[in-house]
Amino acid sequence: MSSFVSNFKALASEKTHDLRHRQFIRTALRGYEAARDRRKGAFRSWESARQSAAETKWQAINHLDAHLVALTAKLEARGTKVHWASTAAQAREIIAQILRDKKARSIIKSKAMTSEEIHLNHALEQEGFTVVESDLGEFIVQLRRETPYHIVFPSMHLTRGEIKDLFQRELGDAPSDNPEDLTMVARRVMRQKYIAADVGFTGANFAIAETGMISITENEGNARLTAALPKTMVTLLGIEKVLPRFADLALFLPMLATAGAGQPMTCYNTMYSGPRQPGEVDGPEEWHVVLLDNRRTELLADVEQRDALHCIRCGACLNVCPIFRNVGGHTYGTTYSGPIGSVITPHLRGLQDWKHLSNASSLCGACTETCPVKIDLHHHLLHNRRNASVSKPAFFERMAYQVFGIVANEPKFWWLAKKIGWLTQPFQKLVKGSALDPAKAWTKTRDLPPMPQETFKDWWENRK
Amino acid sequence: MSERENILGRIREALQTKAPLPGPHQARGTVMPAVPAIRKWLPPVGTSAEEQTVLFAQNAADLKADFQLFASADELKTALVKVRDAEKWRRIASHGGVLSDFACQALGLPVVLTDRSYHVQEMEQCDVAITECDLLVAQTGGVVVTSRSAGGRALSVLPPHHVVIARRDQLVADLPAAFSRLQQKYAPDYPSMISFITGPSRTGDIERILVLGAHGPKRLTVFCL
Ligand code: SF4
Repeated sequence: MSSFVSNFKALASEKTHDLRHRQFIRTALRGYEAARDRRKGAFRSWESARQSAAETKWQAINHLDAHLVALTAKLEARGTKVHWASTAAQAREIIAQILRDKKARSIIKSKAMTSEEIHLNHALEQEGFTVVESDLGEFIVQLRRETPYHIVFPSMHLTRGEIKDLFQRELGDAPSDNPEDLTMVARRVMRQKYIAADVGFTGANFAIAETGMISITENEGNARLTAALPKTMVTLLGIEKVLPRFADLALFLPMLATAGAGQPMTCYNTMYSGPRQPGEVDGPEEWHVVLLDNRRTELLADVEQRDALHCIRCGACLNVCPIFRNVGGHTYGTTYSGPIGSVITPHLRGLQDWKHLSNASSLCGACTETCPVKIDLHHHLLHNRRNASVSKPAFFERMAYQVFGIVANEPKFWWLAKKIGWLTQPFQKLVKGSALDPAKAWTKTRDLPPMPQETFKDWWENRK
Repeated sequence: MSERENILGRIREALQTKAPLPGPHQARGTVMPAVPAIRKWLPPVGTSAEEQTVLFAQNAADLKADFQLFASADELKTALVKVRDAEKWRRIASHGGVLSDFACQALGLPVVLTDRSYHVQEMEQCDVAITECDLLVAQTGGVVVTSRSAGGRALSVLPPHHVVIARRDQLVADLPAAFSRLQQKYAPDYPSMISFITGPSRTGDIERILVLGAHGPKRLTVFCL
């Protein structure tokens, strides 16, 4: 068993037994569920909106080359420097080089899951740069030296008491455990960091090919400040973020807000088309946009699962997933958790190491039903299972099915197996769930139903 | 070969195989919805300007923004002075413009203007930012500002209270209308920042409990003439 699987199993069993954690996550999501349903209901047709969004993303992804060429030409025409990175290492090096060239020391960051994906903070800190996360949730997990718990709500696993203690310890400032007071502490700390920062770093939610823009969605205003105050701005985004037209945002912005947080619109949706332009009063003098592949093109080559690139990272599939809600975000051990993480991580980081995530699913389909761009998530989990067993069949499983095939095909063997079952099942009770029980994996937490006394065949013969 | 060519090459190779269209498509000629179709799925906005004004007011209230509509410049002036006194403003940050100049004069306080160059620290000390805007969107209750129309990038997020002074004819019904108005007004030379501001800055990062004023303004006021 690989260490990824054993870590997952150990953490999953710890978390599922942690009733406080389960209760806490359920309570935290209750408000979201009500708001999301209310906002969906406000759409004249949420279903048609989903279909339109899926079609638009299909168009974007299936003509990705043309859209990227158009996007970058427009960006460059207004003075933006565009960089291309095939791998995480290349992206890290491009960004570090920009910082070195600028002789930068401190970097203020707004939320970007792609930067988690390439482990950017670690690399920059190693080189001696100071990196400050400005999104409140990201700031909190950074102080805890943790990864985000959720792709949209990074600190949702922490109670206000834990955050108060953290602020007291790390910042020496925590007047109370009231969320408002704690937020104001972070606001004060961050203001000065903004003014002192040499470089502002952001992620992106959408890139508009038609007009050459990067669109950033946020509630706090931290990305707005990141893109306004420092002299140099760096934006990192995956190549799959493109949308064909400016007007597509009219659909995607409210859908992202509704699916992700139950809001009609996120508080700030901002489109950037260049660094400070002639005649403008502020904004960065230089803007670098880094386009990241990092095996997205491999996913693109898999026609069956290509639509996983349609994902707009709204987090809705995490929120509805019974597995996510019970095992929690950190158990996955991945940048992207929940159903979408289980689908794409095997592509981004290796099928054999991460196939277990596709098995950790009840295949209930709640994710597919909620996804605003209609990604067929739960079928992709099945595709991953199939691909994993085709590329490396499990020896024991194959043997078991071969034996079953022989027994089931031969009436005499079947009859014998039946008899043995009847005779031995009463003894199973004595060893139930222990190491001696052959069905231990199942019976540890469940009962094995008793074999019926009369088989279908017997019943058929005796029915008159 | 450059990384650009490597990546584009891999994309083109991958796209040699076609992916199935999403949903029931076979009967349709085109896969992407036409822009006007988007409007049909979004929340309803009514038909008359009155309805849309009411809708804007409702949505703004839901977002915890203050919205007031005035019949005359005098009324606007009175309202501004009232907030000034209630919040004890001492310094304002603003930018040149017909409406913003009027507001600054009405308030009679020292002003940090962003039109030429300004000091960030100075702007940070201001109690309020007064800006104009491009559009008001009835469907969402939000406003649209740009780096050109609202005094740059920082002004509308740095001070703790953002007051937008708007004109009635800036109200559009829905998001598709907002995007097409922006396109008509600016294409191809867009301001380097276009921001849809929907309510005052907020966060739910501590126990998913709503707190206003995370990094941006705690209060958003829209005064419309
Ligand atoms: S897969 Fe769908 S539901 Fe999940 S994060 Fe992506 S867009 Fe949202």
